[in-house]
Parts: sequence; C-alpha cells; structure tokens
Amino acid sequence: MNVLYFAWVRERIGVPRESIETNAATVNELVQELRDREERYAAAFADTSALRVAVDQELTGFDASLDGVQEVAFFPPMTGG
Amino acid sequence: MRIVVQEEPFDLGEATTSFASNRKDMGAVVTFTGIVRDTGDTRLKSMEIEHYPGMTEAALGEIAEEAARRWSLGDVLVIHRHGTLVPGEMIMMVATAARHRKQAFEAAEFLMDYLKSRAPFWKREVTEQGAFWVAARDEDEDALTRW
Repeated sequence: MNVLYFAWVRERIGVPRESIETNAATVNELVQELRDREERYAAAFADTSALRVAVDQELTGFDASLDGVQEVAFFPPMTGG
Repeated sequence: MRIVVQEEPFDLGEATTSFASNRKDMGAVVTFTGIVRDTGDTRLKSMEIEHYPGMTEAALGEIAEEAARRWSLGDVLVIHRHGTLVPGEMIMMVATAARHRKQAFEAAEFLMDYLKSRAPFWKREVTEQGAFWVAARDEDEDALTRW
C-alpha cells in the first residue's frame, strides 16, 4: 500500500511517500502500527484529531476500511483558496 | 466546466474574457481572485503552496459539479496555483456563469468556502521570523454549515 504524507506530517515523518506492507484492516489500525514502529511516526500521529485522512484520494474518517485500498494519505486540515 | 491546477501565473483578464464570451443564455458572470497578502506584522517573504496531485483536481471537480447542480450554472472555472508565490501574486480564481447575478454570486461564494477547507492544498508562509504552516481556521470550517 502506498502511504503519502503532506505538509507538516511529511516534515515530521521525513518522506513524502512510502510503500508499506500491512495487515491493518482500518486506518486507525494502520496509524497504531506506524506509531509503534518509530518515534517520528509517534510524533506525527500523536493527535489524530489534528489530522485528516484520504483513502484512494477520497476524504474519509479514521475508522475507514483498508480493504482493497491502494493509497492512503495523511495531512493537516486543508488551507486552499 | 474547467479545473486548472498549475504552478505558473495565470492571466486574469484573458481567463475572464474567455469565460464570459459567447454566452447568449447566461446574463451574469462573477469572478473572485485570491491574492497573496502580506499582513505587515509577519513580513511575508513568500508563500509555498503544496498540494496532492490527482486528488486536488478530483476534489475541485466535485466541488464545481456540486455548485453547478445547486445553482443551475451555465459554466464554472477554477484556476489554483501551487509552488512558491510572493506577496501581490494571484493564487487562484473562480468564475461562475448563471442566468442571473444572485445565482452567480452565491455559487462563487460556495466554491470559495468549499475549496478553502475541502481541496487538498496546504500553505506555508516564509517570513523574516521563520517559516510556518498556515493553520486552518475554525471560521473556514464553520462557513460550510451555511450551505
């Protein structure tokens, strides 16, 4: 699965994207897996209420299923316009 | 309907003239243009706009389609830049064409409210005091509830 990071999430994790092998069933499970992996992930995912998630480029919630998903992106609230 | 996401500047006059031309059934065209503003106290040197290629175009397209449905628009144009911009540069524009001005104005406001907090762009201000990610404002999220 491709995992993408934007803005300060990208800066904290240190890469814009990576390929991750996971059995996580939901976004929340993936987040917990990443947190347990290394301190930089724990720092980036410390407060998920400050984050947004898109699954296959659709904005969704952290309880979303990862069944058949190719791409997950994490980022702060958007500031367009 | 046209959605453009680009790094290079756009020509507001040319885009507006082209959008407003050859419309015999639409009586109103409204445009909004966003400009990089130096608030003065932070001494903004530049603004860096990051986006999510692919999702950006899709999200803008969905927002524009929703506006076109709600206000029976004849056409919608959204141009949004990314990359490094300096104060005074135009960041983005929207244009709406409708039979009457009320629909065109309302649809333009709707587009702006939605693309502030639903289009995947992130702004980073580079100032004389350092660089900071612009935080989303609660008012921007609250603005969506009126639609």
